[in-house]
Formats: sequence, C-alpha cells, structure tokens
Amino acid sequence: MTSTVSAPTGSIADQPRYDCRNAYVETLADLAQHDHRIVGVVNDSVGSSKLDAFKKAFPDRLINVGIAEQDMVGVAAGLANGGRIAFVSAASCFLTARALEQIKADVAYSNRNVKLCGMSPGMAYGELGPTHHSIEDIAWLRAIDNMIIIVPADPIETAAAMRWAAATEGPAFIRVSRMSVPAIYTDDYEFVPGKAITVRGGSDVTIISNGTVLWRSLAAAELLADQGIEARVVSMPTVKPLDVDAVVAAARETKGIVTAEEATVAGALGGAVAETVVQHQPTRVTILGVPEFAPTGSAGFLLDRYGMSPEGIAEAALKLSR
Amino acid sequence: MTALAAEHATMPVFGRLSPHAGRDQHVAHIAEAARQIRIQDLKLVHYAGAGHIGGDFSAIDILATLYGAVLDITPDTVNDPERDRFILSKGHVAGALYTTLAAFGFLPVEELATFLKPLSKLNGHPNRNKVNGVEANTGPLGHGLPIAVGHALSAKLDVSRRRTYVLTGDGELQEGSNWEAMMAASQYELDRLTVIVDRNRLQQGATTRETNDLDPLETKAAAFGFAVVDVNGHDYGELLDVLSAVPFRPGKPTFVIAHTHKGHPISFMSNNVAWHHKVPTEAQLQQAIDELRAADGRKTTTHNGGTPA
Repeated sequence: MTSTVSAPTGSIADQPRYDCRNAYVETLADLAQHDHRIVGVVNDSVGSSKLDAFKKAFPDRLINVGIAEQDMVGVAAGLANGGRIAFVSAASCFLTARALEQIKADVAYSNRNVKLCGMSPGMAYGELGPTHHSIEDIAWLRAIDNMIIIVPADPIETAAAMRWAAATEGPAFIRVSRMSVPAIYTDDYEFVPGKAITVRGGSDVTIISNGTVLWRSLAAAELLADQGIEARVVSMPTVKPLDVDAVVAAARETKGIVTAEEATVAGALGGAVAETVVQHQPTRVTILGVPEFAPTGSAGFLLDRYGMSPEGIAEAALKLSR
Repeated sequence: MTALAAEHATMPVFGRLSPHAGRDQHVAHIAEAARQIRIQDLKLVHYAGAGHIGGDFSAIDILATLYGAVLDITPDTVNDPERDRFILSKGHVAGALYTTLAAFGFLPVEELATFLKPLSKLNGHPNRNKVNGVEANTGPLGHGLPIAVGHALSAKLDVSRRRTYVLTGDGELQEGSNWEAMMAASQYELDRLTVIVDRNRLQQGATTRETNDLDPLETKAAAFGFAVVDVNGHDYGELLDVLSAVPFRPGKPTFVIAHTHKGHPISFMSNNVAWHHKVPTEAQLQQAIDELRAADGRKTTTHNGGTPA
C-alpha cells in the first residue's frame, strides 16, 4: 500500500532548492552525537562530503584512509566487525566502481553493518565528464544480493533514509545528491524501506521516479494537468527492494508507465519497473535515463538532453496516455 | 567423487592448555593439533574431490598456533565483542580453517563430513554467517588486510586491548588493496594489528619470483611503516614466541613473514607447485597419512596435549 504526502503549494519548479549534502552532514552529526557507534569513513573526501564540521566535532570518529577506495570499504567492514556503524562517505563514482568487490564480499555477502553513502551521484559532476559521473551505480548494486538501494529525492528524505539506515542492522546504499532539488516532503515524512509514495494522484498515466528527477516529474505532471491529463507520480526511493504492488497498481490502473531517473537506462529503476510489469502486469513502459557516456555539460543540461526536463517527461507520458 | 563419510571425520578435539603451562607443553600441544588437522584435512580434500591442499598445509601450523595458544578466543567467547579477531584473507584455504576450527571446538568435527557437499555450510570459501568463528567472507584476494585494519581501528577507538591478526598469502600481496591498507595501518599506528604472510613462494601455477616478485618483502613492509619479523612458519616455538609477543615496536603494526612450504611436510607435495589444488588419490592419501603418523613416531590418532574441551 502506498501513502500520500502532500507536496508544497505552487509549482514545484519555483520552490527553493537544497543541496542534500547539507542534510547529510547535519544528520550524520546528530546521529553520532546520540550513538557512539557511528563513525564516518572517507577517501580524502572530507571537503567534497562537507564533513569538516563533523571532523571538528568528532576528530577520532572520521576515519580518512586517503585516496584508497578498496581499503575504505574493507576498513568500514572491519569497523563494523568491531561493533561500529560505518557511514562510508565518498563520491559515488569511485565508491561503487573502485570498491565494487569489497561492497559485494566484505559488506553485502558478509552482512556487515555498513552504510554506503554515494555522494554527488548521477551526473552531478557535470562537466568533469563520464569518469566522474555515477550513472552505473544503481545497476551494479542492484545485481548484488543483500543490498538495499535508496535514492532520496530531497533533504528530508535523505535525512529520513539515513536515520532508518542507522537504526537498522545491515548493508545499505544511499545516494546523496549534490545537484540542488526543491523540498518534496514535509518534516513528518517517515522513510519506509521498499515502499513507494504516491506524491501526486492520477489515473491517466504514471510517472515513477526518484532522486533529482522526482521534482521534474512532478513539474511534468503539472504541465500534463494543463492539458487535461492526470498523471500519477510515484516516488520510488527504494530501488531495491522495489515496491512491486505500487508498480502493478500503476500498470493496472493507468495507461502506461514512464520511469525517469539520473541513472543508466539499463538495469536501474527503469529496468526494475520493466522486470516487474513484464512478469506481473504487462503494460507499456518508457524508460528515461542516461543511455551513453554523456558529452560535456552541466547535470541539469544533460538531464534535459536525455528527455528529463519537465517538458520532456510530460511528452513521454503524453504518448503513453493516448 | 565420494563425499567424506562421517567415519572419516574423526579428528580429536583439542582444548586450550592452562595459561600456566610451560612453553614446551604449548609447543607439543600445537604440534599434535597441527598433525591431526593435517590428517583430517587430507581426508577432507580427498573425499570432497577438491580443495587447496598445498596452501592448506603451508598455513596449518600458523592456524594451529593461533587457535591453540595465541588468540584470546574460545568456542564460548566466539561472539564476545572483546575477543581477539583472526581474519583469514587467503580464503581458499577454507578447508584448513574449518579443520582447525573443528580441532579447537568451534565446529562439530562431524560437520567436516559435509565439506563442499550441496547446501553444506562449509563452502569452498568461508562464510561468517554460516560458520562459527569465521570473521569475514573472504575468497577474492586482498580483502582481509583492509578488514583487519578496520577492526584494529575499532579496537583503538574503544581503547580496547583486543588484538587483530590477519593471514595473507604471499602471491596475494600482488593485490594493491593490501598496500592501501598497510599505509592506513601505519598512519593510524595500529600496533595491535599483526599481518602474517604465508610466504610459501608459490602461487597458482608458478613461483612468486617468476610471476611478480615480492622481494625485498621485508624492506617493502618496513618502508610501509611495519615492524617486520621473519619466522620459520613451520616451527611452533618460533611462531608461538613471535605471535604472542606483539607489538614489537610501540606505535607500529607488525608484519610477520612466515617462511613456509606449500604441501609441508608431505614428501611428494612439499614445495611442489602442482599441489596448489590437486586432489590426493587413495594411495597418495594413505602415504601422506602414514608420513604424518610416522613423523610423530606413533600410529595412534589420540593426542597428547592438554585437556579436551
């Protein structure tokens, strides 16, 4: 079952924007204040993770192994062996690519209490190019058993996911966006793993999204409403495990599903939704995402390029609603 | 392939000697445990039709010394947060680890009969969620040392005296992750961390020298900030003395280069690269067991050390 949370009034596109890393560091410091087991583990990424204040407050509890991602994740698993809760905080591209085998064996397969926080994911590093983009992370980690994948859409959801992860034994991967996003949720938001949230009701067509693209999907629904199309917008913060019921309901109750995310078109949220409808409730699905090594450009420019401007998402939904 | 029948999983179980026992008694206790572990492990590999007997036998004396007299861990304290940690980085010698854990009461000896059987807890690489006493699910090489550094860091944060030991292969040190971890161990002055290298100088199909030479290993480890000690990895007295005495240098982690031979001490296996993961035939199994029994001058399988657990 999905719950409905009301979005702020006025167009979502006009709301103030926030860098989720600020919510991340405030929440991590608060968690650490109340639980001595919490430690940060970084690969020299103190500044890029905005952890300077955390380091000042808890100098012993920010482990900086230097530019060494394999060591970073192994060390986190070892800290967990010693009873600590390790929040690994590193650029998502290096965390998930360089240390993928450590994530698989030391964290997931060993079932260690490690929280992998992929900073500046997707195409947040924009003009730095595909080496620094982390669009593959979701697909890679989806293939690993015992790994919960969370892609928060705003600062409130980022904080809520972190609090849930800190209180729950076991591995988790949380994307922490750098590209500013408007607030979608209100302070009473509670993160429930594996549960979708219908952030806008509608019965013509469904847009399933998360992370930095969720507000764009809501803006797309506003544009569609102007044309008399009622689009359901389903927020899917947990890519794994997926809320199968919410996907099946969307497939059954609306004319088709558009997925939109800052990740590869292969194997991420779109792939998970497609796998679900094919097996449970076949319907038309359009997968919006990143299909290539992106050319030079800012994250916003590139999202627009790949059809994830509000107009682009609306156009994809409109085709399915006919 | 014939699976190991229950009647072949008959190794005696060894307790720990009183802390007041003398060094000679400890050495005799470890030696007998190691001999029995080897006999049992040979059967494990023979009847499972698979395993890494060469690396098992280069590591068993180290494992027996750790579990027999060094590690502050018993079957009763296997989940105690203050236990010492031992991480087997060379996870492919799982057979040696399982047999050692069984020898010291962490695992029922009968369970060894399930080694590599369908749905057995005893996989070809260890799984901590299934086997008591396993600290990390290793197998891919170069993973144990970073995990050990992380645990040693947790102990330091806890201001605990619990120690961390990790056993790596020597070929395994070709993985760069080890050197990342060694730099961090040195930076954080983890002097209750001990890295033991099973320096058998053979990897899967060739010598380390022919492949990607590690020497001068002692110089490299020292340059990475470790206190380095060489030991004969098959001399129980040397192993006991060194592994009990860490740290050697305050503020420095310890790097023990244990000089070993793959397949030791079996005449036709020792230092023979062919025995990386070869399976002994019935005749070879018998000959190897005969050699191990003769080494002790006795034909009995009973042990002479300590109080059974």
